Amino acid sequence: MGILEVKNVGKRFGGLQALNNVELSVKENSCHAIIGPNGAGKSTLLNVFVGKLIPDTGSVMFDGQSVLGRTPYEINQMGISRVFQTPEIFGDLSVMENMMIPVFAKRDGSFRMHAVQGMMGDKDIVEKAETMLEEMGLAEKRGMQASSMSRGDKRRLEIAMCLSQDPRLLLLDEPTAGMARADTNNTIDLLKQIKEERDITIAIIEHDMHVVFSLADRITVLAQGTPLVEDHPENIKGHPKVREAYLGETAD
Amino acid sequence: MLGLDKKDYTLLLIVAGLTMLAPFILNPFPEGSGLAQFNAGYPDLMQRFVIFGIFAIGFNILFGLTGYLSFGHAAFLGVGSYAAIWMMKLLTTNVIPAMVMAVIIAGLFALIVGYVSLRRSGIYFSILTLAFAQMSFAMAYSVLTPLTGGETGLQLKIADARILDGALEAGEQARANLFGLNMSSSYEMSVGSWLFTFNTGYYIAALVMLASFYLAIRIFRSPFGLMLRAVKSNQNRLNYTGLNPRPYTLAAFVISGMYAGLAGGLMVAMDTQVGPERMFWTASGEVVLMTILGGAGTLIGPVLGAGLIKYMENILSKINKDILHQWFAFLPDGLEDFIITLVYPFIGKGWHLTLGIIFMMVVIFLPGGLVEGGQRIAKLFKGKDADEDGAQTKPAE
Repeated sequence: MGILEVKNVGKRFGGLQALNNVELSVKENSCHAIIGPNGAGKSTLLNVFVGKLIPDTGSVMFDGQSVLGRTPYEINQMGISRVFQTPEIFGDLSVMENMMIPVFAKRDGSFRMHAVQGMMGDKDIVEKAETMLEEMGLAEKRGMQASSMSRGDKRRLEIAMCLSQDPRLLLLDEPTAGMARADTNNTIDLLKQIKEERDITIAIIEHDMHVVFSLADRITVLAQGTPLVEDHPENIKGHPKVREAYLGETAD
Repeated sequence: MLGLDKKDYTLLLIVAGLTMLAPFILNPFPEGSGLAQFNAGYPDLMQRFVIFGIFAIGFNILFGLTGYLSFGHAAFLGVGSYAAIWMMKLLTTNVIPAMVMAVIIAGLFALIVGYVSLRRSGIYFSILTLAFAQMSFAMAYSVLTPLTGGETGLQLKIADARILDGALEAGEQARANLFGLNMSSSYEMSVGSWLFTFNTGYYIAALVMLASFYLAIRIFRSPFGLMLRAVKSNQNRLNYTGLNPRPYTLAAFVISGMYAGLAGGLMVAMDTQVGPERMFWTASGEVVLMTILGGAGTLIGPVLGAGLIKYMENILSKINKDILHQWFAFLPDGLEDFIITLVYPFIGKGWHLTLGIIFMMVVIFLPGGLVEGGQRIAKLFKGKDADEDGAQTKPAE
């Protein structure tokens, strides 16, 4: 049994069958990549995991509990954190404030009305946020407004915000999309480090084969809403079906 | 100090100083001089400054922090006023129960309105709140007449029940008071040709405003305030961080509704009458203007905005053609008439035009409101301080 079990998931948008009979099992503490050509349904599948979309058929179980019908914030509290394609951070707030919000959320739940105490007076929260910034090499930028950081730093901050909640499953939606080569390599190193140092399961959707093959323990290839194969990276590279559907032009 | 950091504490002290010394500060010109009409230090106007200050501070907690633009906050002000006057009619003319009830009733009403309106965001939210406010206005005007007095509104009457107060002596009028301290009593002090008025009602309202301002600072600096700013910045991320934005926005809505109710209650405490026009949509629009003019999302901005608008409404609008003729009497006749023709549309009843122009200038050149203007000036001084005298205003090039 994997930590995330997807059974027979289907989703239709009007005339388009975006997902069709998707079966997927993500093993605990592994890095599972979902790849596929444009329009294969990767993002739709991710949106099903986080509660943004409800599938027409099938079930999605996280650690034995169904995620279907739950709101994104409830699913986050179950232990699933999501990193977006374009970094979603609180741009108007400082880096430190960005970091404190998930730490508060982790400790206090979805709503708590502490409107009178000072937020910087909360030692536990401040300490945890500072440690996390330090770990991710963002400590010097703590006072900066988040929106003024570089793309790579925004990504770093977003990942830090997700990790500060000690999620059991980290979902990454094309984490290196639109990044320069150097930034991409930095991000790969960061993710490798996270994988080694933490008890965490990572599910990643990615276009960039370089990223996928440097990180993934297992790969599912999706085409036209249906999984074609699920296997180890080395087997995927040479798989004839995959070559045909997706890697055909890019693999050398 | 008081759980605030040094900067906020200084700000609180400045506001406290300004409000406490307002009778002096707002009366800089001697009685009888040509400029005396610019004096704003009379009780009625000073009370309005602080009451609308409270209204704007509360509105800013919703709009400035969460970015939800309510176009119906005057409804809470009105509901607070009606609640307050009923307390004075039925229970006692002491202002404390009236203000407490105003806050409670406005808070409950805000809970209902907010619960429905916050299901939508952006323009739809604004329109929903506007609809609620206009419904309240229309109902207060018509079907709720037994409760609101309809068009004529409500006043204190000799025949009111006032079950906690003793019977009035013959010829005595029911007056709003704080444990016997009459709201309208004033102490006048004349120094030379200056006349300063210290009004009980003003000082009570000012103390309430200081308390509201202090509470607002605490809310701004709290984890709750942080979440409200996060709502404005990125609701999507907030959702995926395990936080439900709705209770936060609803709490902010209710808090700002309670501030509005408090302001409404104070209005009744100062002047014991209510009419439905207090809930009209222009009144809701006014508080939006105040907040943006002063600087939405800043602590002091809304108070400044409220002050500026109320000053213009009461002072600028009183200037008439005769006064203009006095001012420009030194000019040759033809030129005098010409200048007066030019200036006239901007004063008196035309004060809205001046306000509109100032508002446009602020929105275009100072998106952060008057506060941003102040910051820019401060920066200019700081930059110059190193090598020049700080008193010099024009940059030397």
